[in-house]
Amino acid sequence: MREVLELLESDARLTAGQIATMLGRDEEEVARIIKESEEKKLIQGYFTLVDWDKLGAEKVSAVIEVKISPQRDVGFDAVAERIYRFPEVRSVRLMSGAYDLIVMIEGGTMKEVAHFVSFKLASMEYVLSTATHFVLKTYKHHGVIIDDKEEDRRQVIMP
Amino acid sequence: MTLQTDWRGMLNPAVRDLPPSGIRRFFDLVTEVKGIISLGVGEPDFVTPWHIREACVYSLEKGYTMYTSNHGMLELREEIARDIRDTYKVDYNPRSEVLVTVGVSEGLDLAMRTLLRPGDEVMIPQPSYVSYAPCVILAGGRPVYLKTSVEDGFQLAAEQVEKAITPRARILVLSYPNNPTGATIDRKNLLEIAEVAAAHNLVVISDEVYDKLTYVGEHTCVSSLPGMRERTVLLNGFSKAYAMTGWRVGYAAGNGDFISAMTKIHQYTMLCAPITAQLAALEALKNGRREMRKMIDMYNRRRRLVVDAFREIGLPCFEPRGAFYAFPDIRSTGLTSEEFAVQLLNEEKVLVVPGNAFGEQGEGFVRCAYAASLEDLGEALKRMGSFVKRRLGRGKVLTASFRKPEQDEGEGMRQTV
Repeated sequence: MREVLELLESDARLTAGQIATMLGRDEEEVARIIKESEEKKLIQGYFTLVDWDKLGAEKVSAVIEVKISPQRDVGFDAVAERIYRFPEVRSVRLMSGAYDLIVMIEGGTMKEVAHFVSFKLASMEYVLSTATHFVLKTYKHHGVIIDDKEEDRRQVIMP
Repeated sequence: MTLQTDWRGMLNPAVRDLPPSGIRRFFDLVTEVKGIISLGVGEPDFVTPWHIREACVYSLEKGYTMYTSNHGMLELREEIARDIRDTYKVDYNPRSEVLVTVGVSEGLDLAMRTLLRPGDEVMIPQPSYVSYAPCVILAGGRPVYLKTSVEDGFQLAAEQVEKAITPRARILVLSYPNNPTGATIDRKNLLEIAEVAAAHNLVVISDEVYDKLTYVGEHTCVSSLPGMRERTVLLNGFSKAYAMTGWRVGYAAGNGDFISAMTKIHQYTMLCAPITAQLAALEALKNGRREMRKMIDMYNRRRRLVVDAFREIGLPCFEPRGAFYAFPDIRSTGLTSEEFAVQLLNEEKVLVVPGNAFGEQGEGFVRCAYAASLEDLGEALKRMGSFVKRRLGRGKVLTASFRKPEQDEGEGMRQTV
């Protein structure tokens, strides 16, 4: 199971047949593992990593440190949910340390992001404070080095 | 008389008559073709893991730019000895029984020069890596080839060694997992070979540079066999397992008297392996296991994919159990290895190495390195598929008019038993 998931994580386009060959297993067995993993939500989705910068698309992202006061019975979860329901929020994580949530947000313009922070996020009940950091450049994303300059420099033929 | 003829006359005949590598000859063809996918490279497609490169950069910043001990840094030799002990339960004294060399290539050359007297015979299984015979010849010895075949899984058998014994027989070369076939050797065979080696007092030079790249079963280190530690020269390095080909660092382990004799040549000709490479090797041994395992898993997956694809295409492919080569049988196409490789290159821009570059036993096969990205492998196999389909569709009658492979070179190196 683990090996199948690792392979899919590295390349979601691999077919059950290819994975089966690579792992020396039966195709039907692999297909079943994939289906089960999807059903159990072990596999949460299949995505494509796009370098939007290269396309020249106008996109602004920011990480926002959020301090909140936890609520009785639900702790941080209820506030987190109110935040992650917004589609412009790409990720929300509860952190140890000086702040509670780290929120990654993506918008078309800096104004949009600023608008979201001041009107939606900072003004939310139980949110004590926010600190917004705009992303200037992404070097590595989901384990992939953006615009990796390392290429195949081997001689074409060697003993 | 032109200067050129002068120089030829001045050359050492042993060097002058040495045939150039069959692979090298093929290289000239390649430089003229653009946009090829190469399965002809005998090295990992991975760049050396970052933690190893970073350790090297750090060592340069700290000013490690000087000679080391002729033997190599003691700390590195200690790690090498520990690695051999942990993996194969064989003990080598890092102070006297390990020499750090400039790749396995230097180790091989030194071992031959240290041991051979003029006319001594060295038994070399074929097909095998291209350097063994030239190193023997340059050291004044005589290569004797032991033919292995696809029927025996390209494994050497003890009786072949026995039959090849002459009063001049001194050394047996073993190289498993094997380049170019990807064959490994069964422990049982090795045990029988070890008995023959002991009975005839042979030294075994075991090139185990692909040991970590064993996918089926477990690698048997030759010096771990009963009685073999004392008569084995164990050669290994970092090139394949840690993707460190360009660093040129390897080692020899063996009997202390032998290592100290070998060190004399090393000291006068090489002085020491580069310190930067030694420090990188040290980092590889200390912290490189995880990254190494990752690369090996990837080779293994590609291995299965490639073998499966060749069989699908209609090229019977012996199951390679080690290294990163597949050695499909191309005889059904009616082509020789060289014809296959040249035509495939011209028509489909896929580069494979003709099997006969590794000795006449490789004729009828081509070596395909699967140390390439999945994308490249997939595309190369697709192209090979259509190439083979055209050949098989054409039938064998037409191929009878194709020229025979050239036998002009390498005859002197191809005496076989």
